[in-house]
Amino acid sequence: MTETRVHFYQVGSFAVGNRLLSDADRTVQASQERTNSLDAGHRACQGCGEALGARYALDAAMRATGGRLVAVNATGCLEVFSTPFPETSWRIAWLHSLFGNAPAVATGVAAAMRAKGRDDVRVVGQAGDGGTVDIGFGALSGMFERNDDVLFICYDNEGYMNTGVQRSAATPPTARTATSEARGPEPGNVFGQGKDLPRIAMAHDIPYVATATVADLHDLERKVERAMTFRGARYLHVLVPCPLGWGAASADTVRLARLAAESGFFPVFEAEHGVVTGVRRIRRRVGVEEYLRPQRRFAHLFAGEGRPDLVARLQALADANVERYGLAPEEE
Amino acid sequence: MLQQLEGSRAIAETVARCRPEVVCAYPISPQTHIIEAIGAMVKDGRLAPCEFINVESEYAAMSVSIGASAAGARSYTATASQGLLFMIEAVYNAAGLGLPVVMTLANRAIGAPINIWNDHSDAMAVRDAGWIQLFAETNQEAADLHVQAFRLAEALSVPVMVCMDGFILTHAVEAVDLVDQAVVDSFLPPYEPRQVLDPDDPVSIGAMVGPEAFEEVRYLAHLRQLDALELIPSVAEEFAALTGRASGGLVHPYRLEDADTVIVAMGSVLGTIKDAVDARREAGERVGVLGVAAFRPFPVAAVADALRRARRVIVVEKAFSLGMGGVLATDVATASPASGPDLATVVAGLGGRPITRRDVEGIIERSARGTLPRLSFLNLDEDVVARERARMAASRRSGPFAENVLRDVAAGGAHR
Repeated sequence: MTETRVHFYQVGSFAVGNRLLSDADRTVQASQERTNSLDAGHRACQGCGEALGARYALDAAMRATGGRLVAVNATGCLEVFSTPFPETSWRIAWLHSLFGNAPAVATGVAAAMRAKGRDDVRVVGQAGDGGTVDIGFGALSGMFERNDDVLFICYDNEGYMNTGVQRSAATPPTARTATSEARGPEPGNVFGQGKDLPRIAMAHDIPYVATATVADLHDLERKVERAMTFRGARYLHVLVPCPLGWGAASADTVRLARLAAESGFFPVFEAEHGVVTGVRRIRRRVGVEEYLRPQRRFAHLFAGEGRPDLVARLQALADANVERYGLAPEEE
Repeated sequence: MLQQLEGSRAIAETVARCRPEVVCAYPISPQTHIIEAIGAMVKDGRLAPCEFINVESEYAAMSVSIGASAAGARSYTATASQGLLFMIEAVYNAAGLGLPVVMTLANRAIGAPINIWNDHSDAMAVRDAGWIQLFAETNQEAADLHVQAFRLAEALSVPVMVCMDGFILTHAVEAVDLVDQAVVDSFLPPYEPRQVLDPDDPVSIGAMVGPEAFEEVRYLAHLRQLDALELIPSVAEEFAALTGRASGGLVHPYRLEDADTVIVAMGSVLGTIKDAVDARREAGERVGVLGVAAFRPFPVAAVADALRRARRVIVVEKAFSLGMGGVLATDVATASPASGPDLATVVAGLGGRPITRRDVEGIIERSARGTLPRLSFLNLDEDVVARERARMAASRRSGPFAENVLRDVAAGGAHR
């Protein structure tokens, strides 16, 4: 496994400061030439992680493909807030069909381009976690299995936020949602359920699978760029905090995404043809509590006497991630 | 040139001559032979450029077709029965987006109870989806309709479903004259989409539409269906001029000139009905047939015109709306004048039950005697029904009723 040594730090964060980098190493977002694929004026909430993630990913994909890109969107927040017609925030060719079929629609677009001899046009499918791990799962698995030439991006905010914060198969244990209320002996979402879609994607032996967060722009952009060097099915799973659904401050979106990774609760790695080829090692490890406390969806874990037993079980999940992917900081 | 061909093979060969660029396949009886044959043609390079995609479900089949069509490719798929129901969300979506996908529907019953044989329940289930629905009487017409379907779909930006009776047509081998490639090419210009996904001219397709414009958007879709009422006959006429065959159009009148009794039906049963009508004509009765070739849009004016002299109208249909009655019959009633003919519905051929010439003659006789009810079910074994009703009345746990009926039929001898 490889790791990237980071040389530059901004004050107060671990992100790389663009001003200290050579032009070639700067992010796409830092460039005035970026597409602004998802342009200003959309109706996302303040601090929306998905809006950030989508613009980061698509701008990077646009650069990687020289602007030869079509995006297919599942129903969900991203679709609703981006196209309040007669306005649209999309500066790229964009199609929305249904909630559960975005991977298959993307396959169709790719097939059409191939049939027309327009192989230069690349296709990105995108959905939230509901459209990916739940209702779109069958279509996604089919697209993976056929190795169709599509990069599918899941913007994972761990629940059905568009319909009012209900539980999905990507909701973490103990998290309160409108369909997993913080009541009873097992408050919030229960342990022992849920899908680990990056690993399921890897089990399809597709060329490229990666996870990323909106806290690490360089890493996210590099993975999109890497994904675009492959033909065939590729999967990128981006953690995008949701201030509304998580009960967090809008200003904390990037901080929470970073804490998710730095606690090991959300493992950041990449894999090629089913084998892990790189991980983003934790630089300064934090306990899960530091990640959980700022989020009201976990408030019941800390109210009154709290539920240290449940926090310990969540910590165990993070520890298992650190173990599985070798995420521990070098000094540990 | 006439060839002995299985119906499915005739469809596959004809679709290939329409030069589809993306074909999706998910197998379901009785559609399988169509997609198998197209797949083979793509595999050996006879049909190129064409992407043949083995998808994981009918939902994906229609969804891939949507993506391909939105990207400007001529797109085709085929399904039946449960498959159509499984893709129904995408079926509505293709129409709503105005994408000219063409699909063959090998008409088959819908379960439960599971049944692979022919009736029209599947087509009726998507009656309101916004697709043009054309019904083929013969394999020749089914093949010809596919050429017309692509032309209609692309001219109007409306998806078209060619309905052909499962097994009765799809698996029947009979003489078919395939449309020559040159004729297809002259009849069917390359697909020029109204809206297309193109990085060189990026547009957003599939936005949310609220109450401020939804009605107008839906009404525009209705107008496109009404436009189809004009275009379907003219496309059929143009096709006839090239091939000499009267395939397609809105309705197929048969011996209606002086008919006071008219049987209305769709699909392959029309052949049987015409034979029965010929026999009754020889006996001096004034009976005729009206085949409905275009079910959606429904040709209200053409049906009204064809029925204007009729005193008795009998709708024989292979589907019904539970708790109500005939589906086609309801539309025929809408097309009939208020002071119009007596209208009777005969639900027949459900789940593949045969409809014979003798059956049809019996219907005509009962109509003439005035003993045909407004709604009846052909060859219904009322004893079997009564015995199951009795079992249900006798015991709360009377058991699974389809299985009870099967056991009863097996024990008591077949229903006809």
